[in-house]
Amino acid sequence: MIEIRVFKRQGDFTLDLETVLPSTGVSGLIGPSGSGKSSLFALLAGHTVPDQGVIRIAGQTLFDSGRGINVPPARRGIGLVFQDGLLFPHMTVRRNLLFATPAQPGAFFGELVGTLKLGPLLDRRPGHLSGGERQRVAIGRALLAQPRLLLLDEPVSALDPALREEVLQLLEALRDRSGTPMIYIGHAPEEIRRLASFVVALKDGVVADVSHQPHPFGGGHNAQSRGLKLAV
Amino acid sequence: MNLGLTEMEWLALGLSLRASVLAVLFSLPLALFFGLLLARKSFPGHDLLNALLHLPLVLPPVVTGYLLLVLLGQNGLIGAPFRELFGLRIPFTTTAVVIACAVVSFPLMLRAIRQSAEAADRRLESAARSLGASELRVFAGVTLPLLTPGILTGTTLAFARAVGEFGATITLAANIPGRTQTLPLALYSVTQIPGSDAAAARLCLLSVLLAGAALLASEMISRHLVWKRRA
Repeated sequence: MIEIRVFKRQGDFTLDLETVLPSTGVSGLIGPSGSGKSSLFALLAGHTVPDQGVIRIAGQTLFDSGRGINVPPARRGIGLVFQDGLLFPHMTVRRNLLFATPAQPGAFFGELVGTLKLGPLLDRRPGHLSGGERQRVAIGRALLAQPRLLLLDEPVSALDPALREEVLQLLEALRDRSGTPMIYIGHAPEEIRRLASFVVALKDGVVADVSHQPHPFGGGHNAQSRGLKLAV
Repeated sequence: MNLGLTEMEWLALGLSLRASVLAVLFSLPLALFFGLLLARKSFPGHDLLNALLHLPLVLPPVVTGYLLLVLLGQNGLIGAPFRELFGLRIPFTTTAVVIACAVVSFPLMLRAIRQSAEAADRRLESAARSLGASELRVFAGVTLPLLTPGILTGTTLAFARAVGEFGATITLAANIPGRTQTLPLALYSVTQIPGSDAAAARLCLLSVLLAGAALLASEMISRHLVWKRRA
């Protein structure tokens, strides 16, 4: 379970929300710009601190204002995928991927490179990748750190339709094969509907609607029983 | 082998190189610190600090040298306790040459590093932290490489500026052959002596070669970096 209860005032804007997301599959966070999606992203990642609240993932408390707990970003175990990839420009794709675990490119590395079709890109630099390739590397890099949660902030909105489709398909595959829960922030309802089994709609800093839709593919609920065991 | 240079000229060349390298080495950590501070933090007195640090860029070097002399002299704010504690005198020594070169060339390095720091996407550091990197690893593995173009440009410019330093050096360190006489000071000295056109030409050529080599090196390094990033 991913438990989020946060209150944060930033100028005129107040984020005040409480929600519990499932700890498997993809949860969608949707809402118009200014609804609080980015603020929530920053709070979860630990870039900003709630005025009050609790953030807990699978029993692990990352933030609790009452108990004075605020786990720093480097120890939250939350993988981030930004809209524009944000690969380290001075490193090859391989070094980007292995940033979290430079010592041991193990079996998991091989699996992920296969799933995300990164093999031919490994020795290239980010400057020579297409937008879609960059996002695939960014997703792989985040997953290789074996995060508790993968937080995707509009990962396909900067891509043209063909590349968007390619990345969405890979995300579907990852959802069905990996046990890592994902929060997918977006503003395109069709993307969210396609990936997420649980959707939280935000409006003006509060939860406007919560919907649960059982996914035809199981939404990752039986992740461990599949052939690949991507992350824990 | 003296390549046609007199002993005085060799001494001046050696001193110029040594003083400029030392000046740049001392400036670099400070320029990194203040460059990042000015680019990333807002605090009361930010603009004042910025102006103060850039002052040597716009002040006549003789003024900078004089202020340093007042500050570091026998009875100066820093000079007096320094003499008390260590029994050392700063003005008119090789150390004074290094200080003059460092102070005058510092703003050039600071500017280049600050501009690099402003252009660097800080979310890359957030990305590194989200991958579990320690602050040290974030700095060494992400921040520093992002600043590399600024560090290289700044270092080269500062080095070239230090090699050419004249006004602050002659004021703080005087013009003592073998001890404080750098290339530009040696050139100045020979121009005061009638009939030493050949010596002046040699020193002039040396200065041009040195500055040219520094610029060429910076150009080659930055081209290599761009090439590496694209490859």
